[in-house]
Amino acid sequence: MVSDIKVSIKNLYKIFGPNGKDMVQKVEDGASKSSLQAEHGHVLGLNNVNIDIPARRIQVIMGLSGSGKSTLIRHLNRLIEPTSGEILVDGEDVLAMSDAELRDFRRNKMSMVFQKFALLPHRTVIDNVGYGLQIKGTDKAEMNERSQKWIDRVGLSGFEDNYPAQLSGGMQQRVGLARALATDAEILLMDEAFSALDPLIRNDMQDILLDLQEELHKTIIFITHDLDEALNIGDNIVILRDGAVIQQGSPQEIVLNPADDYVRDFIKDINRARVLDVSSVMDAGSTDSGLDLAHDVILELAMPEMIKADVTQANVTRDGAVIGVVTLAAMIGGITRPVTKDEDQVTYR
Amino acid sequence: MEFLDKFPDLGRTTLRDIKKSIDFAFREFSNKYGEAIEGFFDPLLYFMVWFEKLLTNAPWPLMILIFAALAWLGARSLPIVIGTIVSFVAIGVFGMWEDTMATVAIISVATFVCIGLGIPLGILMSRSNRLQAIVTPVLDVMQTIPSFVYLIPVVMLLGIGKVPGLIAVCIYAVPPIVRLTNLGIRLVDKEVLEAADAFGSSYRQKLLDVQIPLALPNIFAGVNQTIMMALAMVVIASMIGVKGLGVPVLRAVSNQYLALGLMNGLAIVALAVIFDRVSQQYGKRLQKHRQGGHGV
Repeated sequence: MVSDIKVSIKNLYKIFGPNGKDMVQKVEDGASKSSLQAEHGHVLGLNNVNIDIPARRIQVIMGLSGSGKSTLIRHLNRLIEPTSGEILVDGEDVLAMSDAELRDFRRNKMSMVFQKFALLPHRTVIDNVGYGLQIKGTDKAEMNERSQKWIDRVGLSGFEDNYPAQLSGGMQQRVGLARALATDAEILLMDEAFSALDPLIRNDMQDILLDLQEELHKTIIFITHDLDEALNIGDNIVILRDGAVIQQGSPQEIVLNPADDYVRDFIKDINRARVLDVSSVMDAGSTDSGLDLAHDVILELAMPEMIKADVTQANVTRDGAVIGVVTLAAMIGGITRPVTKDEDQVTYR
Repeated sequence: MEFLDKFPDLGRTTLRDIKKSIDFAFREFSNKYGEAIEGFFDPLLYFMVWFEKLLTNAPWPLMILIFAALAWLGARSLPIVIGTIVSFVAIGVFGMWEDTMATVAIISVATFVCIGLGIPLGILMSRSNRLQAIVTPVLDVMQTIPSFVYLIPVVMLLGIGKVPGLIAVCIYAVPPIVRLTNLGIRLVDKEVLEAADAFGSSYRQKLLDVQIPLALPNIFAGVNQTIMMALAMVVIASMIGVKGLGVPVLRAVSNQYLALGLMNGLAIVALAVIFDRVSQQYGKRLQKHRQGGHGV
């Protein structure tokens, strides 16, 4: 799973208020979000964020509202200027770019999908999809050809000449997705892109995104407040709270080893059997039960297999070689809901 | 208690001196630069004279045809086109054709001048809060100060005639288009603007592709208001030598000619209704894409 780093965020602080720069030191000295607000009238947006985002993977950034996730994603293309810190994309410092360089960067390197779609209401679907290309100065014929390709790819063929207001929310977001893909940017920022859609449509859109990703291998940075969504699509997950990174890791790591009660509370209600795979609950050794399970089979599928084969142990294999053994008991242990300490007293804001 | 009974004003002599010196200074200015300023407006005057002649000298059936065609292009509504034709025929029958053409001429020119000045100013205002803070009170004054008050310096500077009339009309009619352009651009959805930025729009691209198109309904409401207010100034403008429907109204007022006043007044109303309906319908058509409904 080793891959090169595409986007690197280093010591990023964002403090909203007139003297943000002066407040960084106070935060470094341990001032909390609430004390900063009460004593200095400044709002802590991001608190020393460090994330390395690997290329060609889906990086999910999740947190509740007010945790700074939308602020963070807007720093990557500098829709918001940081108070201090560094953002490197392919080793290049985004914060050092001139206005012209930044425009060029936004046109070619990084595109964005928005929570409320942000389509141009006076343009048809095909002209909306071609918007990024038009800004780049692509000629009309090529623009339409490439837009058409993406419209077909997201399943909107036949709606080219409709206006956004004539489409349902899910269809509008497909336009938003096609618009972002049409510029051929390597990095895709998705700001709660599916949060405004109802659950069935949201699942559809997640599938579309995963399908596209299998083929395109973009670096996708996906913001969400929905853990199921994060676990479903994320290769890596970062959890933010009050502008600080609480935990980062693969979905499995987060479910198995939540860093604190905040995360524990987050994962309390998810379907663990659908997230965890057999390798995450296996032990060293092997068994002669006769059942082999591939290492990335999720528990939800693995357990019926074992019941069906009437065994309580199975070998875990990777590329055909046995790498460990898994027991039914370990699986049940894995999907048992963790107990939060002092459950009633945990409050989040 | 004399102090309380009478407001301690500056005193008659002082006040007279102040007024005198202001009048004198302006008269000096007018003497010195009046001719140059008039010269500056000469091309505009020639254009207005030419345009008025064009409208009054054109054969009336052709003009009615043109008005009907414009009404159709703007409104795409048969009732409005028929109403336009009936109104202009009635105006002609009652002997007000020439005055009406003169009024249409000055209203058209005033509207174009107001659009040409008002929309760019509105755009600048939407970009800068400071400019908005400066311009808004000026617009308030322009809309509330009695028109006769600013007729005085305009007439002192430029005499009477079409150009001072046009300036008077524009002072009164330009505020709504400035206000609504500014408002329309400021109301453009923040997320759409963010999208424009995220895709790397330059300022120009953002203005032309996003801000102006999305502000268009408001801008158009401003154009409509500007036309209406220009029409409202027709009578006052006729006091300083603008030909048109205002002249007979003025004559009717001073001579108590009820019928003359009524007829010309109604002709102004007819023009107002036509301009209003056509421009409103056009504005509505511009927003057709906003109609929802998933029916395809």
